[in-house]
Amino acid sequence: MREIWALARKDLRIEARSKVVATQIVPFAMVILVLFGLALDADSRTLRDLAPGLFWVATLFASVLAIQRSIAVETISSTFEALRLSGAPAWKLFAGKALAVAIQLLAIEAVLGLGIVVLYRSSFQDPVLIVTAAVAATIAIASAGSLYGVLAVGMGVRDTILPMLLLPIMMPVLVAATRAFGDGLGTAALNGWTWTGLLGLLAVVYATAGALAYAVVIEDT
Amino acid sequence: MDHAVDVHDAVVLLDRFPALAGLSLKLRAGTVTLVQGPNGAGKTTLLRMLAGLAPLERGRATVLGYDVATEPRLVRASVGLLSPQTMLYDDLTIAENLSFWATLAGHDDVDLMAALERVSMAPFADQQVVTLSTGQRRRAAIAVVAIRRPRLWLLDEPHAGLDQAGRDVVDGLIEDAIAAGATVVVASHELDRVRPLATHVATVAGGIVHRFETVNAGASGA
Amino acid sequence: MSTALSRPHVASTSSKLTLVLGVASLLGLAVLLVFSFVLTDPDQRVFERGADLEPLLTGQGDAVRLLYVHFPVAMVTYIAFTLNAIGSIAVLWKKSTWWDNTAAAAAEVGVLFCGLTLATGSIWGRPIWNTWWKWGDVRLMTTTILFLIFIGYLAYRRTMSDSRVRAKRSAVVGLIGAINIPIVYKSVDWWQNRTLHQQSTLRNRSVEDLTLFTMIFGMVVFMAIFAWLMVHRFRIGWLEHQTETVGLEAAIIERRAQTSAAISDAVTDSRSSAETGSD
Repeated sequence: MREIWALARKDLRIEARSKVVATQIVPFAMVILVLFGLALDADSRTLRDLAPGLFWVATLFASVLAIQRSIAVETISSTFEALRLSGAPAWKLFAGKALAVAIQLLAIEAVLGLGIVVLYRSSFQDPVLIVTAAVAATIAIASAGSLYGVLAVGMGVRDTILPMLLLPIMMPVLVAATRAFGDGLGTAALNGWTWTGLLGLLAVVYATAGALAYAVVIEDT
Repeated sequence: MDHAVDVHDAVVLLDRFPALAGLSLKLRAGTVTLVQGPNGAGKTTLLRMLAGLAPLERGRATVLGYDVATEPRLVRASVGLLSPQTMLYDDLTIAENLSFWATLAGHDDVDLMAALERVSMAPFADQQVVTLSTGQRRRAAIAVVAIRRPRLWLLDEPHAGLDQAGRDVVDGLIEDAIAAGATVVVASHELDRVRPLATHVATVAGGIVHRFETVNAGASGA
Repeated sequence: MSTALSRPHVASTSSKLTLVLGVASLLGLAVLLVFSFVLTDPDQRVFERGADLEPLLTGQGDAVRLLYVHFPVAMVTYIAFTLNAIGSIAVLWKKSTWWDNTAAAAAEVGVLFCGLTLATGSIWGRPIWNTWWKWGDVRLMTTTILFLIFIGYLAYRRTMSDSRVRAKRSAVVGLIGAINIPIVYKSVDWWQNRTLHQQSTLRNRSVEDLTLFTMIFGMVVFMAIFAWLMVHRFRIGWLEHQTETVGLEAAIIERRAQTSAAISDAVTDSRSSAETGSD
């Protein structure tokens, strides 16, 4: 656990100093919310109904950038090589990187949550459901993203492949998280906890897959 | 284990280019080997392969008794590679970098300040890497390798970018490593600096060891 | 055929087998067209709705003929992606070049068939569903996402030139794509909880013998086309692999040849710097 936490804390400390997420990715996510508002040319009723989906689309787009940043931190001074040389087991490296991404994504989501309340007039009718669903979805996104991020490390052309690898896989997460939020924000009459259960399952699946598959990249190339 | 490094007919590809083209090399434990050769000879790839970072396309290699192909993690955990890239996080301080790498390597107990003293970087411990000069970063990078207490030191152009005092620091560390019974492989163009320390010289060209000589055989015992 | 055999050193992906397979596939396709357009009847099934209600005409008319292509093509798509998953497991398990090649070929042919599945389905949907596209249909959504996942997979393969690295990493991407299929299916199923697809037509009592025959014949034909394309695509991959291997031998020899040329320079270099050092 020491290694996992050391790695996550290191990434969070770098973010605290460089503020890339705070000054670039969070504003980008807010820009998406505003763009949706303008593009849909909608009255507040429509935006309110669409808020769960728009929230998660914005989160997914922002997550691509957050993951690219998480990888860039390791490639700027070839520290990715040093991580491989450290001798720490691959799954711990995965867990540390994914944990830091997850924490940053939750911060982005918190701001986006505020955004939909202000811009789309959403109201958090079931905060417990919303937070639980968001945490489960975030673990799923951060896990799959950290795995695909490291698969995309290397020669230049690979960097642009990340969204095309990650986003199609994230469709079940998008559907489930949107449904859960639909219940939590009171825009859809359905059982959000069932969908949160699916999100939990997805989080377990992607976290397991990432922990196992990280070794393919870390240990053997 | 009589050989710290035992490589036979190793072929390593860099994007289909055979950087190592059937290289063989045997180094006894406790020796200091200078790897010399022109640019593009394969010196860096040889060190990376010995560190378990470059996969073997063909041949076999054993480092400190571990098979590079099947036990790369054990190889990596036992070697210290000083590469041209400093492998430090720019936004962290020297001390934070050092303590992070010590934790990942499982050496929480090392005296970080002592390691920094050894490379004369203690006064800069709380400065972010981004504020340091190239030579200072280099010294910090050397400290990171040293705290791992490697049994095989792989130094790729360790003197590059260092002033006279810095070069003395490197030489001192090599002497420390020898005293601790470690094996050292130094790839360098600065032959006049490394030769006095070396017990062997391997001349690499065209991806193979062209010549292997014993020089200064008594140096390791000193 | 004989010319191909008499020139064994000419690299080619064709052989007697593929020639027979190819000709058979194309003939089969022609026969399938005759069956599906001429010999079979349009779908005009009538369901009795009890004594007091009028019978309901539920058939699809001529549009049903498209299903003789759509259904086999969809089936081949899923077979191809299953083959990709099997190949990916084998790569991670045994580091096998043969299986990596198979996985790559299956993904490429699979994407082609997946595109055909979506296209034929969409054309069929226009008269039947009265729309080209229906959000929320389980199989349409699953197939679409599968299509996108494997387009990403193929794009990913192209970003790597080291064949060993490519094999392993692609296997991971392929496998994660595969484990997503049931998840996507289930989540879309819950999403709208409706499907516009017919539930297992073949088990329906009203399928006529000739319809059934045409359907099965279509499957055989498209399986043959699939096999035909797979063999060619696999051989292309295999030839590429051979080229790399042969190229490697030549590259190693060339690389070693640099030794004698480079060494004289290096020795002069070392002498001069050694001299400077002693000065």
